[in-house]
Amino acid sequence: MALKVLTANRLSDGIAVWLGADGSWQETIDEAFVARHEAALTGLQDAEKVAAFDIQVVDVTLVDVEERDGHLYPLRLRERIRAAGPTVRLDLGKQAETLADDAAAIAA
Amino acid sequence: MYRYDEFDHAFVRERVEQYRDQVDRRVSGEITEDQFKPLRLMNGVYLQLHAYMLRVAVPYGTLSSTQMRRLAHIARVYDRGYGHFTTRQNIQYNWPKLVDTPKILEELAEVEMHAIQTSGNCIRNVTADHFAGVAADEVADPRPYAEILRQWSSVHPEFSFLPRKFKIAVTGAERDRAAIQTHDIGLHLKKNDAGELGFAVYIGGGQGRTPMVAKLIREFLPESELLSYTTAILRVYNLFGRRDNKYKARIKILVHETGTEELTAQIEAEWEKLRAGELALPDADIAAITSYFAMPNLPERSEGWALLAAEKKRYALFAAWVQQNVTAHKNPDYGVVTISLKPIGGIPGDASDVQMDLIADIAEAYSHDEIRVTHEQNLVLPHVALADLKAVYDRLAGAELATANNNLITDIIACPGLDYCALANARSIPVAQEISNRFGSAERQLEIGELKIKISGCINACGHHHVGHIGILGVEKKGAELYQITLGGSADNETSIGEIVGRGFEPEKITDAIETVVDTYLGLRTSPEETFIQAYRRVGAQPFKTALYGEPAKAA
Ligand code: HEM
Ligand code: SF4
Repeated sequence: MALKVLTANRLSDGIAVWLGADGSWQETIDEAFVARHEAALTGLQDAEKVAAFDIQVVDVTLVDVEERDGHLYPLRLRERIRAAGPTVRLDLGKQAETLADDAAAIAA
Repeated sequence: MYRYDEFDHAFVRERVEQYRDQVDRRVSGEITEDQFKPLRLMNGVYLQLHAYMLRVAVPYGTLSSTQMRRLAHIARVYDRGYGHFTTRQNIQYNWPKLVDTPKILEELAEVEMHAIQTSGNCIRNVTADHFAGVAADEVADPRPYAEILRQWSSVHPEFSFLPRKFKIAVTGAERDRAAIQTHDIGLHLKKNDAGELGFAVYIGGGQGRTPMVAKLIREFLPESELLSYTTAILRVYNLFGRRDNKYKARIKILVHETGTEELTAQIEAEWEKLRAGELALPDADIAAITSYFAMPNLPERSEGWALLAAEKKRYALFAAWVQQNVTAHKNPDYGVVTISLKPIGGIPGDASDVQMDLIADIAEAYSHDEIRVTHEQNLVLPHVALADLKAVYDRLAGAELATANNNLITDIIACPGLDYCALANARSIPVAQEISNRFGSAERQLEIGELKIKISGCINACGHHHVGHIGILGVEKKGAELYQITLGGSADNETSIGEIVGRGFEPEKITDAIETVVDTYLGLRTSPEETFIQAYRRVGAQPFKTALYGEPAKAA
């Protein structure tokens, strides 16, 4: 079975988010809860149905991912771009925020 | 420029308040997304991959400096410091927060702008020739008619829920720069033998998954009948346009399925009931609107002739820019400047807040406070004295805004594609950037001459690929991006839809393929004067297919 995560856009600002293990919406894909077997997938599908009524998010969908170098890597390019930001503006989106975090971590 | 009256101001302000209330109710959970989505769309708010997107209308592409400064301010305060000028003469912001959008719309309303009817199955922003009012080859300024259509179509109760979106374009010049034959209605202003103004009327043009060139249904419609005839067209479409299948819902399909002759007869019959009725436009009303668009008082600046000649001799880069990006103005002491939003390797149509502010300042100082947005994703300063061209050029050049590539191979149209758009199958912008870098040398571009490349990231064709001399369509095949090439499209007086040449190319091969097409053209043109599209029309697709795929027997 392909690994799956649940994603959505946050209602208030439209930013891409992923459902974390604690049931809250996270801003980076690496914080997502990963369904690795059928039981977990059923749980995620239930969460998807519930999220349709969650006023924090819109456009809830399950996406296929795999693990690469300790990171989650969506199988579709569309989802990779959602997870990172525009490929033509590396200074924008999640990729910029993560880079900034890395830079801050290195500086610290 | 047109100025809002009391009614316009009150109407737009009221709309903002309604929308603010709708957003509040959505955020508090009082209404669902299904209930809210059509409401936000009616105010130009989409959801894309990374965030919301706000599309702001620039009616017939005309902006004042004050409005441009406000667009810059919105980019700076509510977005990420830039905006994207589109093929529909709109501007799109890619990162607004939903909760900020009522405030943004309020700030836009203060400068007489809004996002109404930039989405949904209604009559969209009416587009016009970006050189309207200044082009030397113009019969009359199309903008007063676009403005009349805008007023008439704004929240028109009968036409707010059409089978599908509806796009109208107007041009007033001999040479069509508004791509009118790719619109649901295209209007070509002209004079009849008696010297009266009227329109040639085209209907049923469109791009998307079923591209069609519009059909001429009336040679001459008197200007006073603009609204009665448009109403007749829309009424017939509203009644008979298909609502069972959104891919067959545009008027082009109705024209195609009914037949031009039969549909024209229905429209003319409907018009018989309407003409000379209350929709007939009195001359006084047309004159009143036209007066808003009067040519500004341009002082005599004949010193520019000699000055310009001398400066061109002295500064080669400036001379090249004048040659490519400055067009004749009705007044011989002035020129029309195209500001390229296509720096080599840049993102077509994007402008930063700093650039927008600078352009506003330049327009205020040198272009009678006026700016235009073109459907080719560039900006225009319509009234620059020849004597001021060098000063304007220097200021533009300091902000990467003086690329001398108007109408050349690097003046590429590209939709946002998969970098932003939720409907996309493939990216458009990186393809444009790579082609731009490959052909970036000024000499090479000039050698190639006029050549329009247009790129869309899916079959919706927002990037006009069907009418590119070279069109590129991004598709998804087995999870990867693939690019199809079409050749021979054009969006001028002889509008044509490009032909798909063969199987698609992977992202890393598409630029080479374009280079093969260009080199093939250079090898077969009869002289440097024969443009790509002329050569293509002479020889057809075969030499290009052979160059791309080998001899016919081997071609896939
Ligand atoms: C959120 C982003 C966008 C969405 C959802 C969107 C959606 C669509 C759709 C569904 C169509 C096909 C209509 C049909 O075939 O009936 C279309 C056509 C078109 N769009 Fe977009 N679009 C987007 C962005 C843009 C942008 C950025 C531009 C300008 C650069 C643009 C300009 C056009 C044009 C010129 C057409 C083809 C003309 C026609 O309607 O036949 N759109 N768009
Ligand atoms: S052509 Fe497709 S990918 Fe490009 S903006 Fe339109 S809908 Fe999006």
